[in-house]
Amino acid sequence: MADLTHAHRPTTDLHQSYMALVGRRRLYSGIMLAIFVALMVSGFNLAASRNGGSFWGGLPNILDYPSEVVSEALSKASEIPGHIVTYFPALLETVNIAAVATLIGALFAVVLSLLSTRGMAAFPRLTGLFRRTMDVMRAVPEIVIALLLIFVLGGGPVPAMIAIAVHTAGALGKLFSEVNENASLKPVEGLQSVGASWSQRMLLGVVPQVAPNWLSYALLRLEINIRASAILGFVGAGGLGYELKVAIQWGQGKFDEAGAMFLMLFLTIVFFDQLSSHVRDRLTHGQRVKG
Amino acid sequence: MAMLDTNADLRAQTEQIFRRKRLITLAVPSLILAYLVYIFFSFDIAGLWQRADGRNAQILISDAYSYKTHVTRDNRTGAVSVAIEGEKKGRYPEGESPYWVDLGETTFVDLEGGHSVTFGPDLITYVNPDIGTSTFRVSRSQGVVADYPFPLDEMPEWINASKNRVAITTDAGRLTITRNRAEVFRYFTGWELFFFTLDSPYHGLGFGALLSRAVHGEAGAILSDFWNNPMWLHKEVAWAIFETVLMAFLGTFGAALVALPLAFFAARNFAPMMWVRMGARRFFDFFRGVDALIWTIILTRAFGLGPLTGALAILITDTGTFGKLFSEALENVDEKQIEGVQSTGARPAQRYRFGVLPQVTPVLLSQILYFLESNVRSATIIGAITGGGIGLMLTQAILTQKDWEEVTYYIVLIVLMVMLMDWLSGLIRARLIKGDEAGH
Repeated sequence: MADLTHAHRPTTDLHQSYMALVGRRRLYSGIMLAIFVALMVSGFNLAASRNGGSFWGGLPNILDYPSEVVSEALSKASEIPGHIVTYFPALLETVNIAAVATLIGALFAVVLSLLSTRGMAAFPRLTGLFRRTMDVMRAVPEIVIALLLIFVLGGGPVPAMIAIAVHTAGALGKLFSEVNENASLKPVEGLQSVGASWSQRMLLGVVPQVAPNWLSYALLRLEINIRASAILGFVGAGGLGYELKVAIQWGQGKFDEAGAMFLMLFLTIVFFDQLSSHVRDRLTHGQRVKG
Repeated sequence: MAMLDTNADLRAQTEQIFRRKRLITLAVPSLILAYLVYIFFSFDIAGLWQRADGRNAQILISDAYSYKTHVTRDNRTGAVSVAIEGEKKGRYPEGESPYWVDLGETTFVDLEGGHSVTFGPDLITYVNPDIGTSTFRVSRSQGVVADYPFPLDEMPEWINASKNRVAITTDAGRLTITRNRAEVFRYFTGWELFFFTLDSPYHGLGFGALLSRAVHGEAGAILSDFWNNPMWLHKEVAWAIFETVLMAFLGTFGAALVALPLAFFAARNFAPMMWVRMGARRFFDFFRGVDALIWTIILTRAFGLGPLTGALAILITDTGTFGKLFSEALENVDEKQIEGVQSTGARPAQRYRFGVLPQVTPVLLSQILYFLESNVRSATIIGAITGGGIGLMLTQAILTQKDWEEVTYYIVLIVLMVMLMDWLSGLIRARLIKGDEAGH
């Protein structure tokens, strides 16, 4: 902008310096792009060289397994409904693990997020501590806690539930505290002036403001946790994942069961995906209409 | 409306609202409670308490920060060996021993606090300062013959004795005697041989001594001894961490590259034709709905085990997620900039390049970076299934059920890795947003 005031300056100079800037910018972008492409290609080759089978060799076979499963499942199509009934309790367990973990994790996240938000914290000096706690809880992959707890508690749904809940508390805690930062502190101050305790201030002053957003994030988390719960089952924590692993290790002859479970898992995930996006849409837009 | 109502009406309305609120505040917690009660029985939490293995928990926790050194006597040959964690890689060379073990015709093991064990040619002696001296004789016909300083019916609970086996567990250590061998465990705090194993000339040297040797030209040898440590496998661990990050990197950015062009077909303002849009959206839904777990299984059959399979599983699942997110971002693009570019006579490709991409790049990049961090965690789990990266090392270490110090080490590294990625992606995202405010 400053250059415009210097009217006496020849425009060719301006043009040249602008072109030089553009050229440098293009050069930088080009270098960045080249580095990125080099990283992707070499990384891909490295990963391929350490893989059991090669990428180009395996590419034509990619549909072999699904088609085997589908053809065997189709040939025994009449048994599929029976399998769905058989494995429904396992599916229910997988969904229950995710639901309880989301519920408990969200409750912890509420407390942690309130304790780590400026202006709301009960112990203002400890906000940093609670934030770091959430960081660590978020960073621990579910599989770590699940496997350790399986060693101590034995197999079953509880290790997976605790593992997912810990991660959920950290992940939701961060999102919740971002929501809290946007909440107005005036109701809190008002409640404080009439002598409300910390829990009263939070429950009556903050929660009504942020509850819809919290709920929206928690629903998104539920959807993610259902996937996590299925994967954890596969590494030994019960539910549909475990049954799926057994059926897959059996291989041919049980592909109809595997197919039924693939179908159940797919439908469940799509169902919760659609449900959560529908409800979240209502939560954010419904609020606006009510004003 | 309210202005027209009479006071009585208003009061009735208010009371109704309050009743509903009261009902909700009562109903929601009780519903949650009812669900938790159902889960309590469905997951058999009460039974879990009985099934839980307290000893396993104790082993896990104590082993995470301590290690034990085994002093083993072969009762047939009389040979005594000293090995850290009883592992071959941690065995002391023939004739060498730590300061608390005296090798010889009779081997003396000092357990401190007055406790000691002596392996004699015929007798094994255990001295306990509170109780006295117990002696054991091993014979092929009679098993372990014990002579305790107390009557047999006053056997303390920390001695577990049968005809062929005696186990004594105290805070000072643990002594087990069978017909074939006698073994003493002594516990120490710390991670044993973390830097150098016993066969390295640098074992047991202090930091200063190491530094002075490094200055005198041995830096390479010191580093290589540390890097190739056969017990802690620093080299393999570093590779595994790198492989996990690589899987996440390839998967995330690969998915972004595939999803970006496809997202245009799913965005309302770029794909006016309804059936194209619906097709693209169902395509993304399908790839997201078939979970990473199922993709992993399918891809493992085609490509075998390894990091590439894991990267492709992340790539395919995230293509669906990115497709959805990117198309939403594209729908929020400001049309004016595109029109502006168009008014200068730009062709369609140029309109996308200069009108659309600069607007969405910061948003997309920030989403990609957010996923990169979360995919590092996914790559750990997927690695445990497809056999690549730190996830595999972790599950293997847990499955052996004894190397808990290594498990702790891996967990610390994984947490640090994820936090580093989190911090890094946050840093770049912050710079992107700031850079955007400054101009472009």
